Amino acid sequence: MTASFGRGRAAVAATRDLICGIALAILLCLAWGTPARADAIDDTLARFASDKFPETEKAIGELAASGATTAAAILDALGENRLLFNPSTRAVYYKDAAGTLFDAKTGEKAGVEAGGLKKVRLNNAVRGALEAAKGDMSILSPDPARRLAAAESVFKSRDQSAFAKVEAALAKETDTRIKLAFEQARAALLATKVDASEAQRLEAIATLRARGDQDAMGLLEAASATAQGAVKAAADSAIASLNLTLAVWKNLQNVWYGLSLGSVLLLAAIGLAITFGVMGVINMAHGEMVMLGAYTTFIVQEWIRAYQPGLFDYSLAIAIPLAFAIAGIAGIAIERLVIRFLYGRPLETLLATWGISLILQQAVRTGFGPNNRDVGAPSWMAGSFELGGLSITYGRMWIIVFTIGVFLALQLVLRATPFGLRMRAVTQNRRMASSMGINTNRIDALAFGLGSGIAGIAGVALSQIDNVSPNLGQSYIIDSFLVVVFGGVGNLWGTLVAALSLGVANKFLEPFVGAVLGKILLLVFIILFIQKRPRGLFALKGRAVEA
Amino acid sequence: MTSARLLDLRGAIFAVVLIAAAILVPIAALAVPPASPFHVPAYVIALTGKYLCYALLAVALDLVWGYCGILSLGHGAFFALGGYAMGMYLMRQIGARGVYANPNLPDFMVFLNWHDLPVAWWGFNSFGYALLMVLAVPGVLAFAFGWFAFRSRVTGVYLSIITQAMTYALLLAFFRNDMGFGGNNGLTDFKDILGWNVQAEPTRAALFSLSAIALLIGYLIARAVTMSKFGKVLVAIRDAESRTRFLGYRVENYKLLVFTLSAMMAGVAGALYVPQVGIINPSEFAPANSIEAVIWVAVGGRGTLVGAAIGAVLVNFGKTYFTGALPEYWLFALGALFVLVTLFLPKGIVGTLGQLFARERRAAVGARGNRVPAVAE
Amino acid sequence: MDGKALTSSLLYLDGVKVSFDGYQALRGLSLALTPGEMRAIIGPNGAGKTTMMDVITGKTRPDEGDVYFAGSIDLTALDEAAIAELGIGRKFQKPTVFESHTVEDNVLLALKAPRAAAATLFGRDEAGIHRRIDAILATVGLSDLRAHLAGGLSHGQKQWLEIGMLLAQDPKLLLVDEPVAGMTDAETAQTAQLLRSIAKDHSIVVVEHDMAFVRDLGVKVTVLHEGAVIAEGPIDQVSADPKVIEVYLGR
Ligand SMILES: Nc1ncnc2c1ncn2[C@@H]1O[C@H](COP(=O)(O)OP(=O)(O)OP(=O)(O)O)[C@@H](O)[C@H]1O
Ligand SMILES: [Mg+2]
Repeated sequence: MTASFGRGRAAVAATRDLICGIALAILLCLAWGTPARADAIDDTLARFASDKFPETEKAIGELAASGATTAAAILDALGENRLLFNPSTRAVYYKDAAGTLFDAKTGEKAGVEAGGLKKVRLNNAVRGALEAAKGDMSILSPDPARRLAAAESVFKSRDQSAFAKVEAALAKETDTRIKLAFEQARAALLATKVDASEAQRLEAIATLRARGDQDAMGLLEAASATAQGAVKAAADSAIASLNLTLAVWKNLQNVWYGLSLGSVLLLAAIGLAITFGVMGVINMAHGEMVMLGAYTTFIVQEWIRAYQPGLFDYSLAIAIPLAFAIAGIAGIAIERLVIRFLYGRPLETLLATWGISLILQQAVRTGFGPNNRDVGAPSWMAGSFELGGLSITYGRMWIIVFTIGVFLALQLVLRATPFGLRMRAVTQNRRMASSMGINTNRIDALAFGLGSGIAGIAGVALSQIDNVSPNLGQSYIIDSFLVVVFGGVGNLWGTLVAALSLGVANKFLEPFVGAVLGKILLLVFIILFIQKRPRGLFALKGRAVEA
Repeated sequence: MTSARLLDLRGAIFAVVLIAAAILVPIAALAVPPASPFHVPAYVIALTGKYLCYALLAVALDLVWGYCGILSLGHGAFFALGGYAMGMYLMRQIGARGVYANPNLPDFMVFLNWHDLPVAWWGFNSFGYALLMVLAVPGVLAFAFGWFAFRSRVTGVYLSIITQAMTYALLLAFFRNDMGFGGNNGLTDFKDILGWNVQAEPTRAALFSLSAIALLIGYLIARAVTMSKFGKVLVAIRDAESRTRFLGYRVENYKLLVFTLSAMMAGVAGALYVPQVGIINPSEFAPANSIEAVIWVAVGGRGTLVGAAIGAVLVNFGKTYFTGALPEYWLFALGALFVLVTLFLPKGIVGTLGQLFARERRAAVGARGNRVPAVAE
Repeated sequence: MDGKALTSSLLYLDGVKVSFDGYQALRGLSLALTPGEMRAIIGPNGAGKTTMMDVITGKTRPDEGDVYFAGSIDLTALDEAAIAELGIGRKFQKPTVFESHTVEDNVLLALKAPRAAAATLFGRDEAGIHRRIDAILATVGLSDLRAHLAGGLSHGQKQWLEIGMLLAQDPKLLLVDEPVAGMTDAETAQTAQLLRSIAKDHSIVVVEHDMAFVRDLGVKVTVLHEGAVIAEGPIDQVSADPKVIEVYLGR
């Protein structure tokens, strides 16, 4: 479920990037439009306006070679029937995807009505020329991103006709990353090129082997099928080694997904581990503390959008302390107003906190509506990168980093502060701690505040990968409990191990049995596990816990 | 020995009310003309029939929670399983009258392009077999679950959490189409039961009476169990489980027995519920449903049986009222109910009233020593 | 302990070790009780007296060592219920009675009778059961409170009720953990007398801190310290033992 929402959000991010990119391109066009080439381009553009297919074809070739700043935009527009001309003045215009009209020569906004303009028509020959031109233009484009994309596209399409251009581009290229891409594109072509020499082929195979992904694998298989002798042997050995690496990467990717899921579970569960561990209190409203954190993020972002748009990238940093405070105060209030009166009656506490969770859910539903609220991702959370054969999204990565940070900070609080010391004392032996002069009431309230506050900051993180709705908390509560119980009460490391191993197990099960059945299997596993070891993986022992 | 009559005053009143309802309500619905003030409209029958099923579920839950201290957050699962067993019978009764007119397969299977009836569905065209399953499926699940849980001494909140996980796992499972129980949509569009149209008023009135009688029988069974020495052992387990072991009682067997019995009662409640509401779908497995059933018991007074039934009816009446008049506020009210009852009315309505009466009586007799509430340490 | 004891002892512990999270509560405890014997056990707080009872009654599994009952029954392989059924009854240090049952029902539940679920569900009360309950309640002096809830009893009354429950169980071996804590001197003397009379046809292990009471019992005493026996013998002998004086009795 989470994954698909994540994907939806990624798609949104991608379109947003695209729009930004286009806007940026336009801006650049405006700034660095080169008047020197103006005359040559006038002639070229006039060909478009002649409304004849061969002329159009010629214009395409010229335009691609001209290096004009508007060339790419014009060709794109042509391909999508957005290139227009004025039959009388022979001026050429293009529309962008949004429908705004631009002057083809200058790239500036055109001050004319689209009404009197005619479309530049296309036929198959024109389309062919257009495709070729686009490819050429991209391979030789001054824009590095375009060149990179072009190299990838050649790699994938294995279009032999591009061989010469790739060679040329390779000779000129200075950017090492793009150079590598061109080398790989060249290798892709050579691997299947009929007239390639054996040396060239071997080199190509080596390059592909170094690339080491699924595409390289396909090419190597093709090469192995057609070649013989040393080349075939090289290809086969490359295939064998790639198979192994690919399998390793695939498993690593699963581990990564699992860690990512596990860190989310850990974030949601860790606050619970504190309240349950210290007080033996089952706080069914814990999920709603997470929800409060997520809504805090939403409010912070709304405020920033309205008053300080420049701060958007800092929205999460602002939301974290606020969410901690809000959820923490809510937690302390719940403890002081309700739970305090129910100590020693864990089942009643469970029921009362369930009631509180219903009230909080409904309150948020009344206040913010029942629908999902849109919480945006700051720019540094968007996008992804490749690490070897792993594809890693920044969002997930930061959440893992954040989780580790929270976990360590919490360990620090518990180990190195007087409050932490007292809290551990209460966890281990409440009666003894109390007779040593520790104010257990205060510790209870603070521990509850701490646990709830952490749930709040978990909400900030979860707002980035899940829907922010009044039901947010409900979807985590059962999982969180199972994590805590599985890990063993009163032991944060147990919670850590439990969350991560459940996350990883889940991701390894999914490909085999599907997401839902995987989850069911894990639930069944935990149910059976608890029955074998009722106190969890790493249980505290002793009389205090037996009660 | 303390008075060990099967029916005390409270129980007798309860029994009379149920018997009267079982007889009079159908008469008032069918024989009394609609214009008369004594006429009971069809929707009231449907609604109260539903409440009675909930009341039976509450009695079942009270038996394990109130008397044995097992707070099950998964009793909704047993209720739903009983409901599914009945729903499967009702589906098979549709026969060729479905949209796809397939005499063997329910519509949703035809829709999924299935050609054979899954094994789990075999036999459900027989009412007797369906009734057996209504008892057996929840019973076997409870037995298997309890076998592991009680033997390994999972107690208290741990037990509550895994019962919740159990119903949650079933919820996820029943959502899947390939489970073969109608997936998301569940089972619905029932036509008739034992040849009678489920929608017809006489059938509805009969189902109502049956629900009242089932509730009474369930109550009597629960009452007999709790009045026996077995029941005393249950209470002993609730109060001091390990002490009971040291007296030589096999606590796990007691728990297993009462848990299974209770699950079967919940299954019967679900089976009566389904023909009256006309649908059963996976949402019946939602953990929230099971917890709601717990609050019925708490409101009425746990460990009182009659109170559980009263609590179920009261809370659901409130729910019907709120969701009609002030839908926004129902969850506020329910949430507040959870908090207030646990804080201020731990014995529930019936328990508190009973305590008041007992105190008065004791005051009259002149004996001292009212009970100190048991505080676990 | 030697091999002969294994066959003739009613209760036989040898080299029992128990540790909790690294803390050794019992460090090679050995003890043998002959049939019909009453034994008093003393020792400072934390000596492992209660833990020893936990081991005998199946609450705690020893890490090492043997525990045999009636010569050949290995108690370490049995659970609490099975051990109780063998005829080992226990009174807890902290009195635990069934608070929401009446005094009478507490005794009823303890009364020797079939324990199986089916028996309690369908069984009828045996004849004479009331007489036995009456007798026990009279013995522990709770006849007047029979219809009261046990939760409302005073600490001392709960102690008596637990002793009553122990009597009702009619076990072969009674383990009695600090029976006179919270009792007046008169009650203490009464309890000593009661135990002595029970001891006529039962074996008993009594744990107690009250030295006057132990002296009153007049039986063999075992002194426990840090999970092992440091002295054993008649009360006068052990109370003169310098080790015992140092760790327990004080100067
Ligand atoms: N379940 C347990 N978990 C952890 N430690 C335990 C447990 N049971 C006993 N201990 C420890 O073992 C030691 C022996 O305890 P035990 O209760 O047997 O002493 P005792 O001789 O009965 O003392 P007292 O005279 O105070 O009753 C103590 O230090 C106690 O803290
Ligand atoms: Mg002790």
